[in-house]
Amino acid sequence: MAPSTGPRATTGPREVLSADDVRRALTRIAHEIVERNHGTDGIVLVGLQRGGVWIADELAAVLAGIGSPVPVGSLDVSFHRDDVGLRPIVPGHVTAIPVSLDGTTVVLIDDVLYTGRTVRAALEALNDYGRPHAVQLAVIVDRGHRQLPIRPDYVGKNLPTSGDEDVQVSAQGVVIA
Amino acid sequence: MKHLLSIADLSAADIHGLLELTDHMVEISQRQIPKVPALRGKNVVSLFFEDSTRTRTSFDTAAKRLSADTMNFAVSSSSVNKGESLRDTIETIAAMGVDAFVVRHKSSGTPQMITRWTTASIINGGDGWHQHPTQALLDCYTIRTNLNRRDGFDGLRIAIVGDIKHSRVARSNVQAFTALGAQVTLVAPPTLLPPSLDGWPVEVSHDLDAVLPDLDVLYLLRVQRERMDDALLPSLREYSSMYGLTADRAARLSPQSLVMHPGPMNRGVEMVVDPAELPGSVILDQVTNGVAVRMAVLFHLLGSGSDLKGDAS
Repeated sequence: MAPSTGPRATTGPREVLSADDVRRALTRIAHEIVERNHGTDGIVLVGLQRGGVWIADELAAVLAGIGSPVPVGSLDVSFHRDDVGLRPIVPGHVTAIPVSLDGTTVVLIDDVLYTGRTVRAALEALNDYGRPHAVQLAVIVDRGHRQLPIRPDYVGKNLPTSGDEDVQVSAQGVVIA
Repeated sequence: MKHLLSIADLSAADIHGLLELTDHMVEISQRQIPKVPALRGKNVVSLFFEDSTRTRTSFDTAAKRLSADTMNFAVSSSSVNKGESLRDTIETIAAMGVDAFVVRHKSSGTPQMITRWTTASIINGGDGWHQHPTQALLDCYTIRTNLNRRDGFDGLRIAIVGDIKHSRVARSNVQAFTALGAQVTLVAPPTLLPPSLDGWPVEVSHDLDAVLPDLDVLYLLRVQRERMDDALLPSLREYSSMYGLTADRAARLSPQSLVMHPGPMNRGVEMVVDPAELPGSVILDQVTNGVAVRMAVLFHLLGSGSDLKGDAS
């Protein structure tokens, strides 16, 4: 997964979304979540570590303005990955799911959707916290190259990329390096 | 890291890294379904040549919460009784496909020796008087969480009381506590101290009452009657009156201090008061944390493939 911040050493990083674009995309996604679920009742936002956590917090702030406040959690999927032992796994912060997920509508949130393997691991990890009524997926950037049958419900921007490019998402914008 | 044989092999950063990984394992243990698939397909064999309740079941639980397969090797009903050598036993079991052995043995150095006979990871579950590294790690984790010392134990005063001479727990814990910055005092009658304390970064006292009021952690060791072949103590009653935690001594502990014991306890010997009535007792926390610490060790050796360098975020 692309790191959300950090120095951009490669030559010619290309800005594809500005800070304002990211803010507008988040506002639109929040409205889409409300529209599709007929309000915010029973919705729980879960940001994937590490890149999805700040986005979940931003979305929660927007949702609180247009509906009612929703619970926000964060999920570390290190122990559910399918590549344990194949590459170094360094867990992020400890998972924090503040409520039981039984019967809720979970909106999983990440910065970039790429192969889909992180989302697969997240879907499995969620089962440990209860049985959601439904799980939806929101991402800022869908960059293609899926290896699993997974698709997002809410997308900030569809961004065709090549495999050797690096997509970096932050509140300051989206950059391809 | 391939094996966990001794705390001496770990740097302070390694210990911090394992304790941070343990935070994740505690969270997993609190889930509705406390099991993750991280070590699916790995085979963990516990090989206990000495009796154990908590270490063995704790490793077993830890491996299962990470979805590893576990195999318990019961020495009393094995071919060891027909005279099979340790090496042949190890090689036979290893040939069935083993990713890690958890070894407990009465002879110091046995886990180290086994590393030469197999490609599996070896985890020391206690060897003789030498080391019990996962006990030291779970004790560090218990102090870290109960006294809110995430960044280290600088300035913390810890007394380890009792049979230091025969205690692998004392040897591991002195190394781990001092690596994290604590000041450790050993309190014991001269007969229960090792012949030499050269190179031990500790102070020594024979008077528990003198060190008691200043302590942050009182760590009681079990009087190991099974390891005492000569008359090291005049009587258990005398030991108890000099070094046991009586109600009178408990009242002189500072209110925020912790009382710890690795178990199994000799009630009426080193533990005279009922620990359930001690506000500072974290003895059951030690057991609970033991599972999470052993999950962290198993995941680190068998799953992560990463170096521990503290908080990576």
